[in-house]
Amino acid sequence: MSKKLLLKNDHIAGINTLPVYREHGGYTVLANTLKNLTPDAVVEEVKKSGLRGRGGAGFPTGMKWSFLAKPEGIPRYVVCNADESEPGTFKDRYLMERIPHLLVEGMILSSYALGANTAYIYIRGEYFYVSRILETAIEEAYKAGLLGKNILNSGYDLDLHVQVGAGAYICGEETALLESLEGKRGNPRIKPPFPAVAGLYGCPTVVNNVETIAAVVPILELGGDEYAKIGIGKSTGTKLISASGHINKPGVYEIELGLPVEEFIYSDQYCGGIRGGRKLKAVVAGGSSVPILPTELILKTANGEPRLMSYESLGDGGFATGTMLGSGGFIVMDEDTSIVKNLYTFSRFYHHESCGQCSPCREGTGWMERILKKILDGKGTLSDIDLLWDIQSKIEGKTICPLGEAAAWPVAAAIRHFRPEFEAYVTNPDSIKDIKHYYRLQN
Amino acid sequence: MLKVTIDDIPVEVPEGTTILQAARMIGGDIVPPAMCYHSKLKTSGGYCRTCIVKVEQGSAKDPRPMPKPVASCRTTVMDGMVVRNITSPENLEARAGVVEFLLLNHPLDCPVCDQAGECHLQDLSYENGKAETRYDFDKREYEPTDIGDKIKLHMNRCILCYRCVKVADQLTDGRCHGVINRGEAAEISTYIEKAIDNDFSGNMIDVCPVGALTDKTFRFKSRVWYTNPVDAHRNCDKCCGKVRLWNQGEEVLRVTARKDEFGEVMDNEDGSTAWICNECRYDKKNLSDWTIEGPAKINRHSVISANHYDTLKNIQKTTIKMMGSKPHGVKSELGAGPLDPNNQ
Repeated sequence: MSKKLLLKNDHIAGINTLPVYREHGGYTVLANTLKNLTPDAVVEEVKKSGLRGRGGAGFPTGMKWSFLAKPEGIPRYVVCNADESEPGTFKDRYLMERIPHLLVEGMILSSYALGANTAYIYIRGEYFYVSRILETAIEEAYKAGLLGKNILNSGYDLDLHVQVGAGAYICGEETALLESLEGKRGNPRIKPPFPAVAGLYGCPTVVNNVETIAAVVPILELGGDEYAKIGIGKSTGTKLISASGHINKPGVYEIELGLPVEEFIYSDQYCGGIRGGRKLKAVVAGGSSVPILPTELILKTANGEPRLMSYESLGDGGFATGTMLGSGGFIVMDEDTSIVKNLYTFSRFYHHESCGQCSPCREGTGWMERILKKILDGKGTLSDIDLLWDIQSKIEGKTICPLGEAAAWPVAAAIRHFRPEFEAYVTNPDSIKDIKHYYRLQN
Repeated sequence: MLKVTIDDIPVEVPEGTTILQAARMIGGDIVPPAMCYHSKLKTSGGYCRTCIVKVEQGSAKDPRPMPKPVASCRTTVMDGMVVRNITSPENLEARAGVVEFLLLNHPLDCPVCDQAGECHLQDLSYENGKAETRYDFDKREYEPTDIGDKIKLHMNRCILCYRCVKVADQLTDGRCHGVINRGEAAEISTYIEKAIDNDFSGNMIDVCPVGALTDKTFRFKSRVWYTNPVDAHRNCDKCCGKVRLWNQGEEVLRVTARKDEFGEVMDNEDGSTAWICNECRYDKKNLSDWTIEGPAKINRHSVISANHYDTLKNIQKTTIKMMGSKPHGVKSELGAGPLDPNNQ
């Protein structure tokens, strides 16, 4: 279970430069594809591969591509979503930093498949140094005839641009990203129309995550059918996981989907166990917005089967006993972690990042943050916990974009699985202050 | 024509109709309230979430229910769609939640607000909200500012419906009015206090559903229910000149555009929208400037309309219990109180 497709060459020195990337087989897939495959055949391969969106929602990429409207005389766009802002997620940064040409190659292949002659990489403002790495790579590609007019004498033209955002989480939502790319305030659009019909500048647009687009390269290298054999069930291929928290070896790992969670946490090949030999308390498996799960539910499903790193297995049991693979931001918490304090941090983030367009999220996120602060300060009441539950239920599903859900789910899950801890903060605030974890400095 | 059922009432509507428009065709109680949607402003709606409804059946072809409540103002109907608004208790509960969110940071300063009496937020909270707040933190506060020399902006009261932003975008030249900051801190602003100098900027006041944007020539002159609204017109070379005057005796206190029962600016005979210019709004405050057409038909969004809160039995009961008499104009259903003049 240690198949590597995206990061197989990440250890090679200078792989970020074009000559070294080409030495290790870079851009051969592009050359072969432009020579031998029609755009529709590329889409077909991606469909066969069963690749699912790596940004968080897990929507089948091939299906998304086939929804793209293709009216005559109107340009189409491919946009790469490199606005990786979900707390706990840093896989795209690693990929772009180390192997920028993999993304560039993926962008050319995807744009070719979708018939786009202009493509954009929208990267978050905090990744300004990564944008320079990408720009250097793109410049190299232009000089080598891999971008621009008549790529590798195939007759296909593509211009690839990098656009740096201003550092707003909301611009990772695809329609807010498009607004921002157009130079407007990054507010999510009301759907429908979906970007596949009216996206960037009102033209049909496909927005895909960095990892999704990079995965197109190995798919075309192996062939869709071969790629589909990797992984488990409908979770095909490999996934980059950003592991962080109280583990011995935090970092970005490429795993074959279907790897048991227990192995991922405790194997020396991956996280290497919990730091300092402590016990595992909880895991947020897919970036801060997905429901947190306690040890007993993250290692095994409610039915007692081992939990696997796959879309289906992590989702098993719905939100009552399951979670989501999300963007692969794997945050591990040991026994000394305060779930309430952690939740406060998450809620503060969503309050800060709400765009303010629709009322439940604008008002509700701040309200939840204040109540959590009150509870942390030892001034909460038991009814505040019920109130938190009620507020999150009134935000979830009532908003324009998924930020509402992203803000509501962590609150719901923390109360669902760790209610006694909230109650302890309320009924015996002094005892909380004595716990070492709360003021780690005393440790 | 598409057939759609809203709260068990079937209606046939043309393609492209939204659920809200379809409900308005049926009329009555089942029309979802709308704070941010304004049919005369393009791309308005979808922000406030008060018009959410439950779609029980997506269409005849695909009968699956929609997984989340949808904003009826921005969702177009499909043939065979089944929608629940007031017949779904969970939908009403969700709406009450939205109302609570809208009121969370609202100052509830109705006694000193010029919009009181014709405020959509007042109506919304009476009809869909709860009597108490569960919010015990400080509300966000702003100082009132000026938008041009004739409009006052009370950001405290604003619910960020974006209607005035759409007016600024669609009716006036140049883009000098919008939303700054993010999230809870978002506020309506002109860029660096830039005065708005435009013939149609006053329409922002008419589209504002709350008391955030008020007419400085009318501020604190009178409560709206002490005025007599009449429809009037004049020959104006800038706008249609068809307005509503709010008079007290011979004095014209305020001039606004004519609004329909949903609080939206009405259409002219030729189908264009009856926006009015600033000259008509601010500078023509004499009865002699106008040809009076007659008393204005008062819509539901005004306390001037008789028995406005007639359906709110609880309030009536409370009032009778507290005061020992019926409020004026309430139909006798509970029997005459001891202090009722008809009971003497």
